[in-house]
Amino acid sequence: MNKLNPDVTRPRGPVVIDIENITKDYVMGEEIVHALRGVSLQIHSNEYIAIMGPSGSGKSTLMNMLGCLDTPSSGHYEFNGRDVSAMNDDELAAIRNREIGFVFQTFNLLPRANSLRNVELPLIYAGIDPETREERAAHVLRDVGLGDRVHHKPNELSGGQRQRVAIARALVNNPSIILADEPTGNLDSKTGEEIMALFENLYQRGHTIILVTHEADIARHARRTVHLRDGLIESDDLAGFRELEALALT
Amino acid sequence: MKRFVYELSESWKIAVAQMRSNMTRSTLTALGVIIGIVAVTLMGTAIGGIQVGFDKSMAIFGDDVLYVGQWPWKNVDDWWNYRDRRKIKTEYAEGLNRMIAMTPNSNLTIAIPTSSVYRGIKYTDSEVNNVLVRGTVSDYLITSTFDFKEGRFFNDLESRDGANVCVIGYDVADALFPSAGPIDKSVLINGQPFKVIGVISRQGSFLGLFSLDSIVVMPLPAFQKYFTAKSEAEILVKVKDKTKLADAKDELTGLMRRVRGLPSEKKDDFSINEQQALKSTLDPIKNSIAIAGLFITGLSLFVGAIGIMNITFVSVKERTKEIGTRKALGARRRTILLQFLIESTALCLLGGFIGLSFAYLMCFGIGKAFPSFPIRFSFGLVLASMIVSVMTGLISGFAPAWTASRLDPVTALRYE
Repeated sequence: MNKLNPDVTRPRGPVVIDIENITKDYVMGEEIVHALRGVSLQIHSNEYIAIMGPSGSGKSTLMNMLGCLDTPSSGHYEFNGRDVSAMNDDELAAIRNREIGFVFQTFNLLPRANSLRNVELPLIYAGIDPETREERAAHVLRDVGLGDRVHHKPNELSGGQRQRVAIARALVNNPSIILADEPTGNLDSKTGEEIMALFENLYQRGHTIILVTHEADIARHARRTVHLRDGLIESDDLAGFRELEALALT
Repeated sequence: MKRFVYELSESWKIAVAQMRSNMTRSTLTALGVIIGIVAVTLMGTAIGGIQVGFDKSMAIFGDDVLYVGQWPWKNVDDWWNYRDRRKIKTEYAEGLNRMIAMTPNSNLTIAIPTSSVYRGIKYTDSEVNNVLVRGTVSDYLITSTFDFKEGRFFNDLESRDGANVCVIGYDVADALFPSAGPIDKSVLINGQPFKVIGVISRQGSFLGLFSLDSIVVMPLPAFQKYFTAKSEAEILVKVKDKTKLADAKDELTGLMRRVRGLPSEKKDDFSINEQQALKSTLDPIKNSIAIAGLFITGLSLFVGAIGIMNITFVSVKERTKEIGTRKALGARRRTILLQFLIESTALCLLGGFIGLSFAYLMCFGIGKAFPSFPIRFSFGLVLASMIVSVMTGLISGFAPAWTASRLDPVTALRYE
């Protein structure tokens, strides 16, 4: 089990994400829901981290914060040294475009566009010229093993291939982090393992990966696991990983 | 800037793909715009036609001719004040001409007497009723412009002698001489024979109200010999410089007062008319017809615009998740706004283009079938309707596009 050989002692890179005591409240009709009650978290470059927790734990809310899709009610969030918590919509959009690669459970590909066009999308929003766009999109598609599926539309691809297109799209702008939300949730376990192998490969090549999942099987691929419960971090250490490792070895 | 261009071209691609994949829906929605554009364009061509006809009718009066008559060319509320005025006499022309000749630097050139009455005209068994019979002098051609289909106008000699010759209008010639040529034939007016020496080419009608081709012109002395009863005289005065029309009018007023022998305390008992005055009376009528027409046909375009707005709202709703994805990938508000605006605009442009083609074909058909129907298709109209289409798209697409651009990415991504 080579994948279970953790490089926990590997020196970590600079801090990419620095969250300090953030909270998020939602008004749901009459009552206020405290989705996050004060979460602090630091994520370094080239980490492979899993965020786990049952539904209602604030996992999705934290992911939205990390992905700059939402801003916290209070607290401080720095992304690569920039204060994200006070940014407006368009500034957040620029951060998402350049710094974050999203991988969704449901792939979220544009149905009428072929793989190449789907992967090009973030580059269009980044203002890259058409030639460079095509070249880079084709390059990452080859990278994820879809060099022969460049002109296929999503409905001509298998689930695993679709997720690979989505991963290529996440990678194409060279983001600081890859944020994957239940990336294997809609795949069978064999295809899921293939996707996880791809993430492992990306991690080995130096990418920073944040995995949001409720499946322990999936989370064990990460080198660090953060457990959330009731809007708070229940545990955040490498021990979680070791426990899983121990479990797997017995 | 570069990014804007890329986003723009991306949005066009999406819009076209979107229309292709929702063929039925797009066609039906565009249909509303098509009907609207056809209606507005046809109305536009009709208005253009009316304008051309109006200008043509106005041109007949000439912009450098003053008309001295008993009545003013406008609606008057105190008609009784005009009714009892002394008649205008054709002899005034001589007096006027004498005074014009004596005035150094006069603004006036010449005064032409005319006298008109409505009569029937006969040739063998054919008869035309209600023809404008006008007696005048050979200099009439100075103030009235028309071409001859055949023949000529009467000359100075015929004019002074009052020869029994006449020039007939196109309609009169057409009715009395359907096959043979009318020149040198003798027609009967009031039982008197007149030799036809010329036929005026088609002039059309005045604002479509009455034909300008139903006319007979003859030398004044001949006219006076037979038709003085109930005839109405009018003096046509040619102006030297049409930019000094007001001066000319003042001068003519003074001359007319002298001719009439009016003491200074009395008001004018004649009216000096001109094309411009007529125009300013008729312009508001014409314009209100145009505005009312455009407004009513514009309503159909408005209905089309509502259809566009509706379908864009549906499109935004359907693609909420796509909007969320795009936002997650870095699309800014403006990008999303632009995308949906372009979609609605593309739909409107498509509708506008098809509608315009239809309108063009219809105009062409109408023009072929009824050549006299006032319809006018112009490049300006094409441009205007394309602009209207784009504006319709932008306006009707704005509310849905704005909604889309304001969507919260988290909510949008979660939308199923």
